[in-house]
Amino acid sequence: MAQETTYYKPEDLKKFGNIGEFEPDLAKKFFDYYGAVFADGALSAKEKSLIALAVAHVVQCPYCIDAYTTDTVEKGVTEEQIWEAIHVGAAIRGGATLVHSVQALNKVKELGI
Amino acid sequence: MRSLLARGSELASSKEQLKILTEVSGKLGLPSFSEKLKEAGLYPLRPTGVDILQVNVGKLCNQTCRHCHVDAGPDRREIMSKETMQECLVALATPGVTTLDITGGAPEMNPNFRWFVEEASKLGKKIMIRCNLTILLAGEKYKDLPEFFAKHKVEVVSSLPYFQKRRTDAQRGEGVFDRSIEALRKLNTVGYGISGSGLVLNLVYNPVGAFLAGGQSTLENDFKKELKQVHGVEFNSLFALTNMPISRFLESLLENDNIDAYLEKLVTAFNPVAATAVMCRNTLSVGWDGSLYDCDFNQMLDMKIEDKVSKISEFNKSVLDSREILLHQHCYGCTAGAGSSCGGSIA
Repeated sequence: MAQETTYYKPEDLKKFGNIGEFEPDLAKKFFDYYGAVFADGALSAKEKSLIALAVAHVVQCPYCIDAYTTDTVEKGVTEEQIWEAIHVGAAIRGGATLVHSVQALNKVKELGI
Repeated sequence: MRSLLARGSELASSKEQLKILTEVSGKLGLPSFSEKLKEAGLYPLRPTGVDILQVNVGKLCNQTCRHCHVDAGPDRREIMSKETMQECLVALATPGVTTLDITGGAPEMNPNFRWFVEEASKLGKKIMIRCNLTILLAGEKYKDLPEFFAKHKVEVVSSLPYFQKRRTDAQRGEGVFDRSIEALRKLNTVGYGISGSGLVLNLVYNPVGAFLAGGQSTLENDFKKELKQVHGVEFNSLFALTNMPISRFLESLLENDNIDAYLEKLVTAFNPVAATAVMCRNTLSVGWDGSLYDCDFNQMLDMKIEDKVSKISEFNKSVLDSREILLHQHCYGCTAGAGSSCGGSIA
């Protein structure tokens, strides 16, 4: 069997903390910021986790999808909530594509078609 | 589903379970739990005292849950005798022992269960029952249990893996969620979980899959809101528990190839604060045959207290208070994250 090669390896997720190996100060700043962002605030940590899951799908980050699917489940989120969040991401992504069609529409009219 | 024992599974052997935990830990380079406690300055782990006597009155149960650490079920026959219960009552009467925590299987299926509760009630100690809810609907013999519990002011602690049907039935069997809701309504009817009644109904949440329980208070709010709004059911508190990587949950982890990730997760999430408050420090666990253990999990792994006192008939509080608690890799389950005990999060 050929050796499986991929840039994305699930076990790399737990090495995320190692990114500070060569630039510890910036990494620390990032992780401090990251921790502060996901703490309970005006939005609960659970709501933030669902937002993160939706964004993870939009930016298509396999590590983030893995991490935030687990995190939302751990926080007691239902399957319905998980899929609604993903659809929110999909709707924004789809909408972002379609809204640019206004530019195409403008151009078509400009061309006098 | 039948129990591991009835299926002749290798995992029915506690030695096999401990061997797997040791081998996986070795393969992953995980520290032993004892080493971790040494780093935290908590080794050897000693009790703070025997406050709670947790008595497993048998492995017979009307359910066969996918994650049961007792490997209980309708095919199990181990049952505590009335004589051993009497010995438990003598121990319970000891000053300083405040609480009787009755567990199983389905403890109500022990033929001497009601006698045991009545006698314990006369001692004026707090009594808790680990009730699986569906037993309250298991026939004529059990239907007046809510009134019986109320009469003796028994605190009812019931597992409900999730506030929705799918995950609950996935863990505890088809139809368990609907029957659990019906049983909760019966308990509410006699006052359990209702503010001002003095009758306490607590629910236990343990994850349905290979993940840790999140924040207990957030989960409690979700459970309360959903159960009240959708089902009209009330309860007092939610206890969030971690699944121990033993028995049928270990089987599930192995089947789904989750054992490495789960053990790593438990070890990574080790919390020294939780380690100071683990339940084995104030609880003594009694097996159906009267053998003594540091906790219910050690009981299921046959890790008996082999000190000067090893049977409930020999109960001696001062000797037991000074014992050394037996540890293995499963203990990481009680010290991960916010920690886990029979009373929920501990840190």
